[in-house]
Formats: sequence, structure tokens, C-alpha cells
Amino acid sequence: MSPGIRQLGKWMLEVVQYLGGLVLFSFGSVRNLLSGPVFLRETVLQMHSVGVRSMPLVCLAALSTGAVLGMQTIDILGKFGAVQYVAAVVGLSVVKELSPVITALLVAGRSGSGISAELGSMVVTRQVDALKVLAVNPVKFLASTRIVACIIVVPLLTALADLLGVFGGLLVAVFQKGIPYRTYIHKTLEFITLSDVLPGLFKGAVFGLIIGTVACYEGLRVKGGTEGVGRSTTAAVVLASLLIFISDVYLTKILILLFPE
Amino acid sequence: MSAEPVILISDLHKAFDDVEVLKGIDLEVRRGETLVIIGRSGCGKSVLLQCLIGLLAPDSGRVVVDGMDITAFHDEKQWKKLWLRVGFLFQGGALFDSMTVGNNIGFPLKHHTGLNDICISRHVLGLLDLVGLGGQEGKYPSELSGGMQKRVSIARTLALDPDIVLYDEPTSGLDPVTSDAISTMIKDLNRRAGTTSIVVTHDIRSAFLIADSIAMLEAGQVIMSGNVEDFKSSKQEKVQLFLYGRHDIGEGS
Repeated sequence: MSPGIRQLGKWMLEVVQYLGGLVLFSFGSVRNLLSGPVFLRETVLQMHSVGVRSMPLVCLAALSTGAVLGMQTIDILGKFGAVQYVAAVVGLSVVKELSPVITALLVAGRSGSGISAELGSMVVTRQVDALKVLAVNPVKFLASTRIVACIIVVPLLTALADLLGVFGGLLVAVFQKGIPYRTYIHKTLEFITLSDVLPGLFKGAVFGLIIGTVACYEGLRVKGGTEGVGRSTTAAVVLASLLIFISDVYLTKILILLFPE
Repeated sequence: MSAEPVILISDLHKAFDDVEVLKGIDLEVRRGETLVIIGRSGCGKSVLLQCLIGLLAPDSGRVVVDGMDITAFHDEKQWKKLWLRVGFLFQGGALFDSMTVGNNIGFPLKHHTGLNDICISRHVLGLLDLVGLGGQEGKYPSELSGGMQKRVSIARTLALDPDIVLYDEPTSGLDPVTSDAISTMIKDLNRRAGTTSIVVTHDIRSAFLIADSIAMLEAGQVIMSGNVEDFKSSKQEKVQLFLYGRHDIGEGS
């Protein structure tokens, strides 16, 4: 067998092994939630850490995305005499796709890296071992609480991004084309229904699960001191972002089937 | 001190990849006794201690702690039962750096006792007084010196009133005065509570201060065990070389 094929096989085995470990870790974390004590205070603290601190970043990103989308589409729609439909184009693009993905990517970059670095440092300084010998399950105390926080917070941030994205489009429509804001809001409400918003929020919850699981998994498997912490932090962001893009394809297909136009 | 062994280690082996770190350790510790394990860095002392608390799994051999054969444990409930009875002091302290000193010490009480916050803080203050750190409960570990961190860590280890305490290098990285103070404190605490302890150290001064009995490890094997006087009067070359800090111990001398 050529060394190239052997290397490819080895690499594929490592990928499968990693993904298997990730899935088992995810199941273990969820199973932990169903048994024994609930670390409510820790979960709320993590929701604050992931959610409140990411809020300004998400708001700014959503606002500018909505505004840019408005600028890009408003003139094209104008050519077809359909300028008032800018509300529908911006609104639907934002709530169905852009908000969940942009929010998730920002949370992965900001909080995913933070979670991974924090847990990695705890492994290196033996605080995770200390939890274990103090008879507190580290996966449950550290990982399950953070994963739940991400699952709850990412959809909430997505909802906020939906509003800010629509508002960004509204600003462009009002100040660039002089469309009355009442007309814009009316068109938005006319075209966007709950069945457009809910799938986006569901995507947000799945992305939250991915971010939390990948960040905690990478953080808790740190090896090799501070260098290992750096490596796992980078891996957490890269992997979570990749999985968000990949899962988005499948989620979109499934959600189109579940919520047909 | 009764003759009943509380910790029984027999033929314990542990290897990392191809490197055999523990090569058949046999030791026993009686109730209320303080056994000090000495030896050079890398001789397997800390590995042995971690095998006794479940942080590392031995490859073969048997470890019985307070009647429980921990090498036969198969679920987390059994480990939890052990961890609630055995305290473990980490070499670096392993304090939770995101929590205050008070919350660090109160952590095991909060999770395992069902006490309310007022009782816990009263208990925490008592433990801080015991280790001579009254009034430091609001500080974070990073605001404390190495010796103070060790004391906080000891207070956290003792919070659940364990029957057995395992100390991993309690005086490493400390100046001789602080080191003596920590050693004396460990000795007093053990005497007062009748705790059974294993202390791993390469600090010979601390070992002589704390020990009821001493075992010396060399390349993963126990090369001598006895009391302080036995060690002081030992004619074994490796023991004498270790006591006087010569570098050529175990290198063909």
C-alpha cells in the first residue's frame, strides 16, 4: 500500500474517531442533565457569560447585515418597480438564514473560544481533577451547564438579530429611498410569518448545541500545557464554524420539508 | 494507633506507553497513621498517589481503601463514595481561580452537605481559622502567596472531614519557614482529627517532621520502609545519599 493511501486512511480514522468522541460526549452531557443535581446557578452564570456579553457584537453585526442587504437589493428591486418589496427580501433573508448563521459564528468565535480556553486552563492547572476528587462530576458541572446555556442563548440572540437585521433594512429604505417606515413594517409583517421565524430559531438552538459541545469537548481534552490550550481554542472555533456551515445545509433542507412555502 | 490497615496496596503496577513507572508496590497504612513516601522526582510517588484516588488507573495489582477494593470499582457511585471519605491535596493546590477563597472551601460543603449558606460560611470561617488564614475569605487565589494557597487548599481538602487524606507534595515550592509551618500544621491536624494520611514529598525535613512511618521509592519500587529513626540510622547507600542530597543516587553509585 502506498504511503499516501496509508496516510489518508490514518487521517480518515482520526476524523471518524474524533467525531465519534464528540457525539458520545454530546450524548453523555445530555444524559447528565437527566440525572442527579441540576447546577442552575452555574447555568445562569454561563447564560450571562455567553449571552449578555455577546449581545453588542451580535446587534452590531445584525444591524449592518440588514443595512447592507437593503442597499444591495433596493436598487435592483427598483428596476422592476418593486422597491417596497425590499422589506420582504431583507426580512426573509435575515430571519431564515443570515441571523442564525451570523449569530452562531459570532458566538462560536467569542464564547466558544472562551469556553474552550477556560476549560483547557482548568485541565492544565488540575482544577478539573480537583472537581473529580471533590465528588462533583466535571462533565456535568462544567460542560452540561455551558452546553445548555448555549442552546438557550443562541436562539435568543438570533431573535434579537432578526429584529436588528430588519431594522437595518428599514433604515436604508427610509433614508435612501424615502419609503415610509409604516409601509416597511407593514410589508415586513405581511411577508414574514411565524413559520419563517421559528425554523431560524430552531437552527439557532442546534448551532448552540454544536458550539457548546465542540468548545467543551476541545477544552476538556487539552493535552500538553498552555500550548495545548491555544491549539484547542483554535480547533474549537474552526470546528464549530465548519459544523455550523455543514449542519446548516441539512437543517435548511429538513426545515423546508417541515415548513413548506 | 490500631494495627488495622486502612490502606492496603499490593503488587501495584503502572506504565505509561513502554515506561514502567510503578513496578510492584506493596504498602500498608494503619488507621490514624501518617505514612510519608519519599523519593526523587520522577520515581513514581505522585503516580502512586493518583492510583489511590482514581485519577490514574493501575495496570495491575490491588488497592483496598477502608475496606473498598478500588481496583474492582466499576461505576461512578462507588468512586463518589470513596471521594467523600478521602481528601486529596494537589501539588499545585488546584484551587478554582474563578472563585473566592471562601467559595473554594465552601464548594464541597455546598455540593454534598445540604447546609444553608449561613452554616456553610460559618464552617468556612472555622476552617480558615484552623489553617491560620482568618479574614482572607473574600480574596481570590491569585491574590495569595504560594504558602497561603496551600493552606486554602488544605482547608478545602479537610472541609468534608475526611477519614483519609492524601497529600501530594504539600511543601513543594515553599521557603523552609513556610514549609515547616505547613508540615507542623498537617501533623497537628492529623493528630487532632485522628486522620489516616499518606504524604508524598521529596522534602526530607518535612518528611521527618510529619511521618509516623516512611517508605522510600526508587525507580518504581519500595527500597526501604520504616520509622524516622530507622531511616536516620540506615546504612543503605541510596537512602543516605537521598537524605544528604547527593546527585549521584541511583546512577551506578
